Amino acid sequence: MDLGGINPVVLIASLMVASVPIILAAIGELVVEKAGVLNLGVEGMMIMGAICGFVTSVETGNPYLGFVGGALGGAALSLIFAFLTQVLLANQVATGLALTLFGLGLSSLIGQGYVGIKPPLTPTVPLGPLADIPVLGTILFDHDWVVYLSILSIASVWAVLKYSRTGLILRAVGENHDAAHALGYKVVRIRVMAILFGGAMAGLGGAYISLIRVPQWTDGITAGAGWIALAIVVFASWKPWRVLLGAYLFGGITVLQLNLQAAGARIPVEYLSMSPYLITILVLVIMSADRSRAALNAPAALGRNFHAAR
Amino acid sequence: MTGTRKELLAVQGVTKAYPGVVANSDVSFTISEGEVHALLGENGAGKSTLVKMIYGLVKPDSGSMRLHGTPYAPAEPRAARMSGVAMVFQHFSLFEALNVAENVALGMENPPKLRELASRIRAVSEEYGLPLDPDRMVGDLSAGERQRVEIIRCLLQDPKLLIMDEPTSVLTPQEVDILFKTLRQLSAEGTAILYISHKLEEIRTLCDEATILRRGKVVATCTPRDRSAREMAELMVGATLTPPARSEKAKGATALQVSGLSVNSPIPFGTSLKNVSFTVARGEVLGIAGVAGNGQDELLLALSGELKTQKDAVKIEGVGLGDTGPNERRKVGLVSAPEERLGHAAAPDMSLVENALLSGAVRKNLTRNGFIDWTATTTFADEIVKDFDVRTPGTHVAARALSGGNLQKFVVGRELSQSPSVIIINQPTWGVDAAAAAAIRQAILDRASDGAAVVVISQDLDELLEIADNFAALNEGRLTPTRPVQGLTIDEIGLMMGGAHGMEVAHHAG
Amino acid sequence: MFRLEKRPSPSRFWTAATPVLAVLLTMVAGGIMFAILGKNPFEAIRTIFWDPLFDPQFAAYSRPQLLVKAGPLILIAVGLSLGFRAGIWNIGAEGQYIMGAIFGAGVGLAFYPDIPWFAFPLMVLAGAFGGWIWAMIPAILRTRFRTNEILVSLLLVYVAQNILSSMSLGLMKNPDGGGFPGSRNLGQIPGLANPELIAGTGMHWGVVTAFVVVIATYVLLQRHMLGFQIKLAGQAPRAARFAGVSPNRLVVLCMGISGALAGLAGMFEVAGPAGQISIDFNVGYGFTAIIVAFLGRLNPIGILLAGLLMALTYIGGELAQFMLGLPSAAIQAFQGMLLFFLLAVDVSTNYRIRFGQGEAA
Repeated sequence: MDLGGINPVVLIASLMVASVPIILAAIGELVVEKAGVLNLGVEGMMIMGAICGFVTSVETGNPYLGFVGGALGGAALSLIFAFLTQVLLANQVATGLALTLFGLGLSSLIGQGYVGIKPPLTPTVPLGPLADIPVLGTILFDHDWVVYLSILSIASVWAVLKYSRTGLILRAVGENHDAAHALGYKVVRIRVMAILFGGAMAGLGGAYISLIRVPQWTDGITAGAGWIALAIVVFASWKPWRVLLGAYLFGGITVLQLNLQAAGARIPVEYLSMSPYLITILVLVIMSADRSRAALNAPAALGRNFHAAR
Repeated sequence: MTGTRKELLAVQGVTKAYPGVVANSDVSFTISEGEVHALLGENGAGKSTLVKMIYGLVKPDSGSMRLHGTPYAPAEPRAARMSGVAMVFQHFSLFEALNVAENVALGMENPPKLRELASRIRAVSEEYGLPLDPDRMVGDLSAGERQRVEIIRCLLQDPKLLIMDEPTSVLTPQEVDILFKTLRQLSAEGTAILYISHKLEEIRTLCDEATILRRGKVVATCTPRDRSAREMAELMVGATLTPPARSEKAKGATALQVSGLSVNSPIPFGTSLKNVSFTVARGEVLGIAGVAGNGQDELLLALSGELKTQKDAVKIEGVGLGDTGPNERRKVGLVSAPEERLGHAAAPDMSLVENALLSGAVRKNLTRNGFIDWTATTTFADEIVKDFDVRTPGTHVAARALSGGNLQKFVVGRELSQSPSVIIINQPTWGVDAAAAAAIRQAILDRASDGAAVVVISQDLDELLEIADNFAALNEGRLTPTRPVQGLTIDEIGLMMGGAHGMEVAHHAG
Repeated sequence: MFRLEKRPSPSRFWTAATPVLAVLLTMVAGGIMFAILGKNPFEAIRTIFWDPLFDPQFAAYSRPQLLVKAGPLILIAVGLSLGFRAGIWNIGAEGQYIMGAIFGAGVGLAFYPDIPWFAFPLMVLAGAFGGWIWAMIPAILRTRFRTNEILVSLLLVYVAQNILSSMSLGLMKNPDGGGFPGSRNLGQIPGLANPELIAGTGMHWGVVTAFVVVIATYVLLQRHMLGFQIKLAGQAPRAARFAGVSPNRLVVLCMGISGALAGLAGMFEVAGPAGQISIDFNVGYGFTAIIVAFLGRLNPIGILLAGLLMALTYIGGELAQFMLGLPSAAIQAFQGMLLFFLLAVDVSTNYRIRFGQGEAA
């Protein structure tokens, strides 16, 4: 089953791994945007998650605590965003950018002493004989726990948004904050919670990059993953399962181009490395060109600040 | 008859001040069980603030309330709803992208499962003669249907007091009749209704008692049936109003001709225009009525040039200009004033001078080679302020600092001061106090007698009947044929506006 | 708790005072950060903000650097500020800067070794064109397909970076460079170089352009209809359409201007201070310029001052790295913090802050 030195089974298994950071960050951002908040600081929160997770993991020697640290790091940074945009009513686009710039600087500052260290290994989930099933075993049952968590997070966000009262209120706040306020819902509080959730998920995604995917610390390790997560939310037109689809598509291209690089394809490395970004742009264009779909699914209050007048 | 009923809600000496304005000052009144109580006042008289306090959205600075004889101070709307107080808002409380059942669930404390809720919605809507499909997206509903969503949301919680904020402003006359039947049925079942309005005839038809507010104070309490509309109007406004004077004039040649105008709405959940045709002659005022959301905004956009259409769909002085933008149309003398003052007709954070430039640059020659003549622009802004009696500390202040009425005078004045030949105005006096509204209507009539062709789009029928020569109505994006105002009956007007929108189905005899 | 109360008109005092307050707050917070890193905060602040300009030992080297670093920052930030005012978010200036440099250097090197007199003017045009065309991608995608320009312009930075490394390793690699990556050094080729115009000042053609652009933009915003339309579109998009402003035209214009200016900055940099196309040619000016634009209140004069201040933190940061061993990342975090504080205190421009219990929002 080799196609020019590339094994499709391994390819699918590794695309699932490659897309985990994007899935986690994107599903977090989806919840934030559903609440009507546009946080462009995903990249910054991811990289803070990456370094905080890395440091925690190295210092404690525990790979699981590393993920807790990563989530806390991302959430801490998102708290700044929440304070600035929800309490001080700062522009969401500008604040999101600030978050990214600050996150990149701070992470590299914290990461000074950690370059070149290997973090403790995160084991794959022992699923026993399941992992030995040919083809399916490699694709589905031979992963670390975060891969399963990422899929679970999609399912839970989908279920909560669709079926629960919490999800209904969240969507209502993102749709029309004035109406939600008039009905007595705490718009700011709900949005802050959503932002924190988004931060924690982005942090988890970042920690996955530094602890499992790479796994080591270098400056700017997220390499635009946060921006791609933002693009995937648009691609998914704010629907959770489509996030999975988008992330797997992106993960597939990343893995494929890496494999092509390794296989010594005749395309120059630079053009292969830029392909995921180009494909993301292409997909964004296709999605937004469809007027009916894009316009109707976007939360109506997205990016608008809420101030309870009178 | 109220004397025999038990007291439900008593408001005692309630005061609420905001920086620079006292919204309510020492307001007291009582409502009995099953009573329909009117809260009457002009825009800005303090009605909204008062009901927001009753509904727990705003806390009074001083004073107290009692419900069923016990102290009542709701900290939030949830607490108010728990005590049996429900409210139907005029704006801002529905979610367009959610369906009817979800919208209803959001307004309830402990909603049942959506499926069960849907069947209860069907049951209640039938019982009160307000048909509604729980699975439909609210964005696709008409204004009247949206109001039903709000009412049913309230009714599902068996309220003791139902607050209704200007409920008829979005209804056709026929729909108003149906609503009143529902309200009487509720009242007969013992639910008290606090009915907020500035429409006197309605209050005289429906309400048992009325509290009249002026500038935040109670000026009178009366039984509306015993008073004439004129008496109440004078209590509400505090002055005798003179209706605008119109001079008889001969109609001139056709200035604006719209034929077969069809265009998709650029607004999410908006209404597309379908084959709209009409003509307006010089000196003529054409009134276009219609319930909110039937294509009024789209019609204004298509006429002002913000929405481009086929070249010959819009002809000004015989020249096809349907495919041109706002400034090309201004050049030939068409000016327009959109409904939304802040954000559409004016930029909230910009000064009045800058806002004068916004639409005045073309006709008032305020630029040379693209460079702005600020001196001339300031003079223009000063003129508008002077000619239209805009109350402002100066033209340097931001538009958002002006009151609704003053900003509207500025915006309408800005357009009327450009010696236009065609004038398009959407909702000229929406949310404006009576004195300013009268001034604006007079100014429009004056321009018409100077020979301008005027199109007034309005949801206020009284206003249209007062100033229009001819009348047409928008209904789901279609325009009825034009008819002279003289001799039209309210029933005919209601049918032109779409009647009861398929609601003629039996209303249970309450 | 406190609550916010909207002012009837934006406060003029706070419009001017917020950047100053933000800088002071950042110094305090930065000082704390430096203290945590084990450095003397007062010494660190002095090294960053004072020594580059006034220390007898370093000023001679540092002062010219101020203009060298401020030039591209101002040039890019002024362009970005036009878009930001109109609600058009070009955050991919870094990519446009890179493409400007590649186009500019490419045109220059194409003449090598016989350099005609018009080579440099042509490079300037090519640089502007490179940045412009790169910015046109998100602009056209937005006007044609309503694609989010924030994401596209940003993603194109990564594409530009890959093109940059491809260029310095391939097409533009110096054939006489002994196999090292990077192009010929333009700074050493008369006719292609962007030299220091007045010795010891750091003034080069890019800095001159930046000053000219600041003045032109000031006039545009104060007196020209286009400037008015840009402000209007940002503050009240529907009012702008009512005033006859075409949103698409504005997108193309603002993205185009900011792209061209970023491209110019890149071209002047590659022909001057940097000298050559290399893998690490770009140092983040395109991103820092975003901070500069906001710190300067999107006002050209403000951006001029903000650009100088930000340039100072770069130079001071290097000095602090050299003198105190302060990590270079600390300066990046410091700059990010500045933007946070600016956004935080900005609230006072449009709102009054009242302390005490109010209605919960």
